[in-house]
Amino acid sequence: MKKIIIALFFLVSPALVLASGGECGHIPCKKANIDIHNQASLQRGAKLFVNYCMGCHSAKYMSYERMGQDLGLTKKQVLNNLVFTDGKIGDYMTIAMPAKKSKAWFGTTPPDLTLEARSRGVDWLYTYLLSFYADETRPLGVNNLVFKDVGMPHVLWQLQGLQELKNEEEIVKGKGHTQPKFELIREGSMSPAKYDQAMMDLVNFLAYASEPAKLVRKGVGVWVILFLLVFLVPAYLMKKEYWKDVH
Amino acid sequence: MSMMQNLLGWIDARFPLTKLWKEHLAEYYAPKNFNFWYFFGSLALLVLVIQIVTGIFLTMNYKPDSALAFGSVEYIMRDVNWGWMIRYMHSTGASAFFIVVYLHMFRGLMYGSYKQPRELTWIFGMLIYVALMAEAFMGYLLPWGQMSYWGAQVIISLFGAIPFGLGEPLAQWIRGDFVVSDATLNRFFAFHVIALPLVLVFLVVAHIIALHEVGSNNPDGVEIKKKKGPDGIPLDGIPFHPYYTVKDIVGVIVFLVIFAAVLFFIPDLWGWFLEKDNFMPANPLKTPPHIVPLWYFTPFYAILRAVPPMFGSQFPGVAAMGMAIVFLFLVPWLDRSPVKSIRYRGGLFKIFLAIFVISFVTLGWLGTQPATGGYKMMAQFFGVLYFAFFILMPWYTAVDKTKPVPERVTFK
Repeated sequence: MKKIIIALFFLVSPALVLASGGECGHIPCKKANIDIHNQASLQRGAKLFVNYCMGCHSAKYMSYERMGQDLGLTKKQVLNNLVFTDGKIGDYMTIAMPAKKSKAWFGTTPPDLTLEARSRGVDWLYTYLLSFYADETRPLGVNNLVFKDVGMPHVLWQLQGLQELKNEEEIVKGKGHTQPKFELIREGSMSPAKYDQAMMDLVNFLAYASEPAKLVRKGVGVWVILFLLVFLVPAYLMKKEYWKDVH
Repeated sequence: MSMMQNLLGWIDARFPLTKLWKEHLAEYYAPKNFNFWYFFGSLALLVLVIQIVTGIFLTMNYKPDSALAFGSVEYIMRDVNWGWMIRYMHSTGASAFFIVVYLHMFRGLMYGSYKQPRELTWIFGMLIYVALMAEAFMGYLLPWGQMSYWGAQVIISLFGAIPFGLGEPLAQWIRGDFVVSDATLNRFFAFHVIALPLVLVFLVVAHIIALHEVGSNNPDGVEIKKKKGPDGIPLDGIPFHPYYTVKDIVGVIVFLVIFAAVLFFIPDLWGWFLEKDNFMPANPLKTPPHIVPLWYFTPFYAILRAVPPMFGSQFPGVAAMGMAIVFLFLVPWLDRSPVKSIRYRGGLFKIFLAIFVISFVTLGWLGTQPATGGYKMMAQFFGVLYFAFFILMPWYTAVDKTKPVPERVTFK
């Protein structure tokens, strides 16, 4: 019996390894080494988000006020630098683009991004933002390796420039395990290293926006667990004392 | 007499406060040899309280409306003071409830706690388990995420597989609509926050009353009431309070350390406690490629998918899933062993119990995987083993060699 069970486990283990690949569409995920406590990075990410993403994407569960508090910005700084409408500080980060019309324009309504980092994962987002490439067959001239035939244009092309995919055939054969080879065919305003860093900031901001409580919860947790551990000592001693008379 | 004693006397003349205190705590004699496995009963009670209290606070800001539900949960997570902690306590608590209850049930199987005279305690316990599954299932719809929606869609449609034209009307009656919709959300909210909690609390009280009527079993499966001292107190019994209250406090703290570690550091437990897809709002037009219920249902989900459709009907799979739970109810009458505890049972029982545990865990994992090819065959294999534990029980418990049970409990 045991032998059969062990044999079965060995039978399925290759399947487990196979199933773990291909998390980022056609290519392996790049790791996003974000640090949610890096406030400067969050501020840069917020700036990128309101400038480039919020044309089409909302973050409707996030209020400007809360964001300002968490990012170390005054109300004035937020209103002057991050709010481009006549919005108020207590407003949520919504957009004016009507959902029905944007569906007609792009084929799908651009999703709200408040929770994108939780539903997709930060590595997915980071890899996605780095994987746009020129593709003449697409209506907007670009495609993405992580999200094939995505309706989104390469909004950040002015920063990154435009890159060409050099190993398309190998990627198709690689079933999600082959790293892409890109070559810049048009320079952007940022160097590749700078662009990588900017995308890391943006993903960092999205990670924060997906769960603002992340900034505090681990800190609270340390104190809760410390309290419990201290409480454990007298509780254990009391148990020992009482149980002395049980023979 | 002091003021307090006066007051107590006044109450006791009108309400059996002292009597209840004595019967259930100070003069409830529990066997002195409880081990690690005996923490999970009181822990289940603790988790029930956590769920009720956090649930009350969540209800204050949650909106049972398909247009508002998802946003109201995010509002709790962001804009309600400590809302994130209350919500994570509730979501972690749901999984913790099942972990604790599964361990509690395993303890019962190991030490024969379901055997005569504790059959009703076991039945009440099983009813709690079924009510808990309904409670968890309906609660999971409330955040109105993609998995909430599609999980409910799949599970309710199972009722549609019931034959003789009864299935589809029944499924519609449960949903209150042709698909999962606002009507479903509203009624699930009503069931989740009031109907089922009431049932749960009632059943927990019945479970404890039944237990205290016959007395607790113990790791040796010895009836301590058979050996009483001249004062009528079981020789191997100790008052629940203070001995087990002080012991359970230690268990509670250790449990809370683990609970807090998950809650504050990994509240989604890598997708096991909170699924990634549930951070997308429910979209009735977009079926997720991979619909997975939460981990505590996956063993039964694996059994459901392992059974192939027969005569063009999914009903056999649904029936198998139902039977997987029904058999647990029957354990007190399937077990024909003269001894209770695994300590004095023979090798056959130990092997079958081990197979059962391995099957249950493996089925749980398989329930999270796609039901294709090798996975499906594995689910069929372990599904058969799962049922073998019950179906063969009357045989292997009867022929199994047992060891002599001591007169008194073993206690070092």
